[in-house]
Amino acid sequence: MTAYTATVTVRLKRGVLDPEAETTQQALERLGFELSDLRSADRFEVDLDAADADEAADRADEMAERLLANPTIHDYEVAVAER
Amino acid sequence: MTVSVVQFGGSNCDRDAVRALEHVGVDAGRVWHEDGLPADTEGIVLPGGFSYGDYLRAGAMAARAPIMAEVREAAADGVPVIGVCNGAQIGSESGLTPGAFTTNASARFQCEPVHLRVERADTPWTAAYDEGDVIEVPIAHGEGRFEIGEEAHADLVADDRVLFRYCDADGNVTDAANPNGSTDNVAGVLGERESVAVLMPHPERATLPDLGRSTDGAGILRAFV
Repeated sequence: MTAYTATVTVRLKRGVLDPEAETTQQALERLGFELSDLRSADRFEVDLDAADADEAADRADEMAERLLANPTIHDYEVAVAER
Repeated sequence: MTVSVVQFGGSNCDRDAVRALEHVGVDAGRVWHEDGLPADTEGIVLPGGFSYGDYLRAGAMAARAPIMAEVREAAADGVPVIGVCNGAQIGSESGLTPGAFTTNASARFQCEPVHLRVERADTPWTAAYDEGDVIEVPIAHGEGRFEIGEEAHADLVADDRVLFRYCDADGNVTDAANPNGSTDNVAGVLGERESVAVLMPHPERATLPDLGRSTDGAGILRAFV
């Protein structure tokens, strides 16, 4: 078994309104920053032990499918690194 | 009928639901989620509140609580199930109904009376109304914007599973009457069976005459009579 950290990034699908990101963008602009767009995402860092990186990725993928993301509104990606 | 009002940590409309149900003559009681559904459950209410502090997404945690497997099984067997507000979020997160409820377009928590147009009058939840009726029921949510993919939305409409739409006092479904940016002004939808429904507005807060406001929501709860 090897120790891995699987990083699951969950973001809204393109085209789904993100009021929190819009509000954050407005706040940055009020502070004088110039930007053309802003998107937010949730990042989960999952420490786990697995036989190899593929198994770690599969397990993190299932976590995203079953809880971390809502497929109606979210896309997600999984990245695995040895810990 | 014995209705189980399922209480999760952070539910806060469970007592209101029981009281409103009793007002319309329905035998109802609160059920702590860890205790499972009582054997004599003939109807289920998923009440409003902030289960698990709305962690991750509103309703996401409660939707994965073991009792929800029992609720889904009961729903598949034809037991009437309604999810209200946080209960609607739990219902959609658990797959009882299509779509998702997410952050209001305003990015604010909104607590206000709204008008709903009854889109189907041939369901247990709406037998007290006529199609096209306008009822006044309050909302109180920060994550009530109904979102659904384009294809799934087309299916939802084709299958006639929209139960209520936000409208103005005259029944016009307009952007101005849409409090939270919901797709197609959808306020409530049916599950695979008509005996399963979720809605963001609170019928139990528009039932008791003592509150001095609309009692239009009582008709929805009469599904359990």
